Amino acid sequence: MTAPLLKLTNINKSFGPIDVLIDISLEVNAGEVLCLLGDNGAGKSTLIKILSGVHKATSGTVGMRGKIVDFNSPRDAGDHGIATVHQFGGTFPLMSIGRSFFVGEEPKKGWGPFKILDRKRANDIAVKAVRELGITRIDDGDRLVGGLSGGERQALAIARAVHFGASVLILDEPTAALGVKEAAHVLRIVLQARQRGIAVIFITHNVIHALTVGDHFAVLIKGAKAADFRKGERTREEITDLMAGGEHMAELEAEIAAYMASHDGHPPPVAE
Amino acid sequence: MSNQTRRPALGNLLRRPETGSLLGLVTVFVFFAVFGGADFASATGAASWLNVAASLGIVALPIGLLMIAGELDISIGSMIPAGSMAVAIVSGHFHAPILVGIGTALAIGAVVGFINGVLVVRTAVPSFIVTLGTLFAVAGLVLGLSVILTGTTSVGIKAGPEAKWLLGHFIGGTFQVTIFWWIAAALLFGFVLHYSHYGNWILAMGGDKVSARNAGIPTERVTILLFMCSGVSAAFVGLSQAILYNSAQVSAGQSYIFNAIISVVVGGVLLTGGYGSVVGIVLGTITFAIVNQGIYYTGFDANWASLIIGILLLLAVLMNNTFRKLALAYSPARGKSRT
Ligand SMILES: Nc1ncnc2c1ncn2[C@@H]1O[C@H](COP(=O)(O)OP(=O)(O)OP(=O)(O)O)[C@@H](O)[C@H]1O
Ligand SMILES: [Mg+2]
Repeated sequence: MTAPLLKLTNINKSFGPIDVLIDISLEVNAGEVLCLLGDNGAGKSTLIKILSGVHKATSGTVGMRGKIVDFNSPRDAGDHGIATVHQFGGTFPLMSIGRSFFVGEEPKKGWGPFKILDRKRANDIAVKAVRELGITRIDDGDRLVGGLSGGERQALAIARAVHFGASVLILDEPTAALGVKEAAHVLRIVLQARQRGIAVIFITHNVIHALTVGDHFAVLIKGAKAADFRKGERTREEITDLMAGGEHMAELEAEIAAYMASHDGHPPPVAE
Repeated sequence: MSNQTRRPALGNLLRRPETGSLLGLVTVFVFFAVFGGADFASATGAASWLNVAASLGIVALPIGLLMIAGELDISIGSMIPAGSMAVAIVSGHFHAPILVGIGTALAIGAVVGFINGVLVVRTAVPSFIVTLGTLFAVAGLVLGLSVILTGTTSVGIKAGPEAKWLLGHFIGGTFQVTIFWWIAAALLFGFVLHYSHYGNWILAMGGDKVSARNAGIPTERVTILLFMCSGVSAAFVGLSQAILYNSAQVSAGQSYIFNAIISVVVGGVLLTGGYGSVVGIVLGTITFAIVNQGIYYTGFDANWASLIIGILLLLAVLMNNTFRKLALAYSPARGKSRT
């Protein structure tokens, strides 16, 4: 058995007096999708910010392929092949699609101190990557990002992470702003990345999305790991309850679903 | 995929940050050419606004880049006299070689810029406040030190012919050599902002600092470097003015603060950051200088210049907003059918 690609050991994180993460240990394997679940404020984003070099853990270690790593900046994490789409932001409204896509990783041409930004290559790659995510309306890399819809911007951020995430791809609620079709594309991209041997950490509040792509599930409740299980080990209802912070949500959800099914043309929820 | 070649020229023009400022410059130029008459259009007329534009432009460029990165530096108002006084005290009063004087002035600019940058990065206090503090601190320091060291607030300096030729003479008796330094600075800053990857970093930082950092940009280092740039540029303007006019005064830079900001904003840079161009900053600077000097060629009272500049600033901001909206909305009409 080889060492897991990513291994968190006893991670704690406090912001001043507030303990946000308590003693989290977690393993992520290459070619696997870890769904990180939990209520609002459970600490999911904080945990992945530690993995992407945004925050430093108060205590505990992060290991990669059996070696302890120390990320002092997002750049360090990026250099280890970890790419993250954070929950908010990630694109720059007044920059062009091509420039925004390559922020921090600009393609260059020329030599010595006269290396210049390769705008054409940046545009071509960015447009191609976004189109592969199913956003085919975009065909001009010089367009400003602020002129795109929210979902298109989200897709651009995801396309960027997929492009640069050589070994770990972290997506913090990537499907939240997306339409049905685009969300399906994102799930397909996640599965493709898994197939290429990339470890994916996927945060979502959507049970169906989690069940569709997840191999491995970890649930945070108030900053502590409340459950850690593999696909098929829990029922959908149990997972729903856990995602809601351990309350009995599944019944309520079923009631709402029944209501919607029988009232004024609301489409019944579709199972995967 | 390579259908990016044939694009309507108008669309291209619309999404450039400097489009509005180009229109502004043309308007202002035509206005003064009409009312200023032949004198304004003569070489002497051109020199009068080019000279003003040159020294203003050298500080407006780094201020513009800082603004694009989402910061502001108003301490240039005392960095310019600090640069003047440094070279005058070291090389004029104490008769040290001119290179030592120039080096001292530039080093002071770098140090003050570094302090500004570190304070902004470490304290997260808005850079307007931080540099307002250093504006006063440096002004006090320059005044205090020059009185202690020289006993006066105005020091003479006689630079040698080489230094004069390089930094402080009038070409053909009318054009300041500073104009060439300004051109060089514009080329350098233009390369950095539009062709090097640092430009991408600066635009990203102004757009969303947190996301820029998350994308791996060393935002703190870039911020500090930009402040050092503006400190050094301001000191450079100060020292070349001292060498040009053979003297330095402790209070000779406050007007640069607003003039530089006006030039940059008229040039299409977004005050909140993330958008702008070096061509725009240069055009904005020229526009400002033309209004500032052109008024003397008209029959109008010079006091009206401020009114024109005020109106110009408001119009420029409105126009730039409009063009920015057009740029955001702009997308080629082609390709919509392909889904
Ligand atoms: N920089 C910070 N300083 C102080 N407290 C913070 C900071 N960042 C997060 N927190 C706190 O940590 C807790 C966990 O936040 P986090 O963003 O990780 O939640 P989350 O699980 O991602 O929630 P959501 O599902 O709403 O995105 C929250 O109570 C939040 O207030
Ligand atoms: Mg979150």
